[in-house]
Amino acid sequence: MSVKGPLIIQLLQEKTTARFLLTLAALAILMPVLNLVVPPDSVFHVSTYTLTLLGKYLSYALLALAVDLIWGYCGILSLGHGAFFALGGYAMGMYLMRQIGERGVYGDPILPDFMVFLNWSELPWFWYGFDQFWFAALMVVLVPGTLAFCFGWLAFRSRVTGVYLSIITQALTYALMLAFFRNEMGFGGNNGLTDFKDILGFDLQSDATRNVLFLVTILFLALAYVFCKWITTSKFGRVLVGVRDAESRTRFMGYRVEHYKLFVFVASAIIAGIAGAMYVPQVGIINPGEFSPINSIEIIIWVAIGGRGTLYGAVMGAFLVNYAKTYFTAAFPELWLFMLGGLFVVTTLYLPKGFKGIFDRVVKPKKTIAAEGGA
Amino acid sequence: MLSQISLQEKTALYLSGVNKSFDGFKAINNLNLMIMPGELRAIIGPNGAGKTTMMDIITGKIRPDSGEVFFRSEIDLTKHTEAEIANLGIGRKFQKPTVIETLTVFENLELALKGKRPVWDALFFSLTAEGRARIDEVFAIVGLGGRRAKLAGSLAHGEKQRLEIGMLLAQSPELLLVDEPAAGMTDEETEKLSEILRSIAGNHSVVVVEHDMEFIRSLDSTVTVLHEGTVIAEGSLAKVQQDQRVIEVYLGR
Repeated sequence: MSVKGPLIIQLLQEKTTARFLLTLAALAILMPVLNLVVPPDSVFHVSTYTLTLLGKYLSYALLALAVDLIWGYCGILSLGHGAFFALGGYAMGMYLMRQIGERGVYGDPILPDFMVFLNWSELPWFWYGFDQFWFAALMVVLVPGTLAFCFGWLAFRSRVTGVYLSIITQALTYALMLAFFRNEMGFGGNNGLTDFKDILGFDLQSDATRNVLFLVTILFLALAYVFCKWITTSKFGRVLVGVRDAESRTRFMGYRVEHYKLFVFVASAIIAGIAGAMYVPQVGIINPGEFSPINSIEIIIWVAIGGRGTLYGAVMGAFLVNYAKTYFTAAFPELWLFMLGGLFVVTTLYLPKGFKGIFDRVVKPKKTIAAEGGA
Repeated sequence: MLSQISLQEKTALYLSGVNKSFDGFKAINNLNLMIMPGELRAIIGPNGAGKTTMMDIITGKIRPDSGEVFFRSEIDLTKHTEAEIANLGIGRKFQKPTVIETLTVFENLELALKGKRPVWDALFFSLTAEGRARIDEVFAIVGLGGRRAKLAGSLAHGEKQRLEIGMLLAQSPELLLVDEPAAGMTDEETEKLSEILRSIAGNHSVVVVEHDMEFIRSLDSTVTVLHEGTVIAEGSLAKVQQDQRVIEVYLGR
């Protein structure tokens, strides 16, 4: 509390932030070196497959961060955040689709393959501009942001909270899933967007591009973390906690609760959109399945398991659960969902602070934990 | 009627002919109430007399079906939201002590501190020297200074009550609405609280809703008795206690 100076300096002086950013920096240096410099026959070599898998986890971590910002700090339990992730992903996918150009199966210079297949003769208006990267990048931010703004404005102004809000966010992502499944919507229907060739002229399959995508994802995760940390340590963050723990008290102190909720909800949706845009070029596909309600619920599980309301807990949760998922769906495919459910139940019953709680107990001396009390 | 009043003297709070029903039940029935600037007023009444509903109407949580509710004789409170009313200068303490439990005592006061409320100001907020001084003043009034770094959730019930009063003071409202502040407090704490409320009256208008007769007596203020959503008696405690209707209401027939 006594530290003075610009907030960003204060943030870097804070231990968890410094530790978190150092870990990311280490990953950013280590992984590309192990992938590109260390020869493939060495034990220390990291395959491009593993690197890309890590990149995927990083984009999930970014998504988890977005959810923790609203759920952990403001108590908004969104069960539809997968929708913002998917929209960001689609915006990026549309750009990648148009980059294919004449190299598609049907060789049409303008129309993506699925449109030719549907006998469409011209590009729908909402595909205009996506041949430009800057436009697509703008849409990655603008589309999820605008949807969150409209949705949030209506929901928060009408004081929809708690379970009711969760249910309508779930309905939102479900409705979008149904819409995107339809071929007439013009987003590739069931198959979604795939067969991408390159990004900004660079081959998506090449190791160099994969490494750059990995690094950019780390960069966004670091930026988003600092941004979230800044928001939550400012007085704004304490108002959010006030809204979470005693909404009417905060209102009677004169805070326009709906404005605070709207701001943080839109910020969170934009982070989720960016996460989607990082995910798609690394995974190579985006389809309506990303809108499925179960996906959004899984994000909540990552955050709960990692420990909500701490930011880095959410990142840890995203890595942990997805690593487990990758491992177990290959080793014991039929058991995975039971394990995920079991993990959630155990966390809820015995680890209210998630794995972050265990982590703290190991890293921090006992005294600090006692001082934190039941926080 | 309002214009006649404001010609004579400005009122801090003015309710006239206020009605509110819930599913046909008349919670507030032709309620008239006038609080002068700097006045300390106690409001008593049996359960279901409409005390909390009255507070909800004044603070904008619910809208009356009819009637006038004016603040400072000029601001129509029925046209404002809770947050706007709070910023106009009306602070409210809840019946159940409501503090933000996962923030420290100091942070609770800082949050309540009078100041700009928009999102942008909160993002770039830093506590000024005056703000810090104001918080220290509040600590001097309500105590708890030794617990400033403790989480509010770890406070005892009576301490939470005092913290909430402190939050109200930090807001520097012109009018304080205090709902059953003595509930769950020790005698010593109750005495201290009564002292605090009497000391802030004068600079602020204070309306206290309470059941505890000893506490009301110690406030030594005008008492308004509410029954079935309407005022049945008003005056000093001694006078009110002699009132035939009040006795009937409290003792039953």
